[in-house]
Amino acid sequence: MKPPAFEYADPATLDEALAVLAAHGDDVVVLAGGQSLIPLLNLRLARPEVVLDLRRIASLGCWEASADALEVGAMVRLAALERDPSIAVSHAGLRRALGFIGHEQIRERATVGGSLSHADPAAELPAVLVALEGSVRVMSAARGARVIAAGDFFGGAFSNTRAPDELVVSARFPRLDALSTVVEVARRPGDFAMAGAFVALGAGFARVALFGVHDRPVRVTSAEAAAVAGATPAEVAALVRAAVSPNADVHASASYRRHLAGTVVARALAELAP
Amino acid sequence: MNERDVTIRLNGAARTVYVEARTLLSDVLRHELGCTGVHVGCEQGACGACTVIWDGRAVRSCLALAPQADGATIETVESVAVPGGELHAVQQAMHEQHGLQCGFCTPGIVMSLVAAYRLGVSSEHAKASVLNGHLCRCTGYVNIRAAIDLAWLAIGDTP
Repeated sequence: MKPPAFEYADPATLDEALAVLAAHGDDVVVLAGGQSLIPLLNLRLARPEVVLDLRRIASLGCWEASADALEVGAMVRLAALERDPSIAVSHAGLRRALGFIGHEQIRERATVGGSLSHADPAAELPAVLVALEGSVRVMSAARGARVIAAGDFFGGAFSNTRAPDELVVSARFPRLDALSTVVEVARRPGDFAMAGAFVALGAGFARVALFGVHDRPVRVTSAEAAAVAGATPAEVAALVRAAVSPNADVHASASYRRHLAGTVVARALAELAP
Repeated sequence: MNERDVTIRLNGAARTVYVEARTLLSDVLRHELGCTGVHVGCEQGACGACTVIWDGRAVRSCLALAPQADGATIETVESVAVPGGELHAVQQAMHEQHGLQCGFCTPGIVMSLVAAYRLGVSSEHAKASVLNGHLCRCTGYVNIRAAIDLAWLAIGDTP
């Protein structure tokens, strides 16, 4: 229950961090807030050669709202973002999602970049990013910056599509002219959801993305089309249940997860309906 | 080569330790700096027993490597009331409402509640979102919730 030995690097600049990744690639794990990584180290499920701690790179700790998007640095703490009153207005669904992540004591340390990169299938933020059609910005020493669309970033359970020498530097959450919310079902508050949904309803469009259901966030376009066409929450829920094929695990059977997937979408739609 | 100096401002005094980078903050506080009020339960962030106040906010000390805390201000339960001195309103209320039995989870809960108390969150928020981050296997939480109600009365927040 203690971390294995590793080389520890905590560079003060982005360039130095990219150099560490360029030199060690796959043997490096990146430490952001550590709220997922340190348990993995303590349990020795992760045994990296190098831990690259981003804490001293101040440029990664800022966020900026523009008219069309919220650009969030990888090291922005979830609790700090949660406390920004403008987020609750511009990104209501994102704000709601933040409140479901772990506990307050976890969110004080946990980061946006860490949560997205860790790509837990039951995590809220990846689904929000996918639903908003956002993106992740990565950088490498060799190739500079590139932007990965949210739909291409999540490569399966606990896996993302950044190259080994790339660092996630920020995420872009587009602003939707829509009402949005997140609903999830978990055994206890703060636990990972057995199923959850981000739902947005705008004028002539809708977004429905699920988490905790597949190995990565999943959009359900049939449900989006039905919601726009004025289907009832129960009708949309039926479409969601038809569209997903969840896995069973110790927390919930596949059939219960399928049931919940529809339920959380229906509850979200009911919450957003006037 | 992986050992390094880590300086934290602990309970009002600057303290420097020379530790391996992989050392957990919880272990630095307990084993190097004598703050055994930092209880270590699960070491995976679930139980909350190791909670300390870090730059004003309650966090898990088992989920930080010591170097991450370099330069931080850390408060442990040892600083909340000096021996023989007055208890903090949260501690006094825990005492009066019998908000503990075995006491293992208590220091972590006290630190979370002290941070919340200072920040001025509502008692409802403290009973739900703050206490949620802690496991207590003795009390069933009922008396801890009563202690929160009592402590928060002093800051004009009636349940």
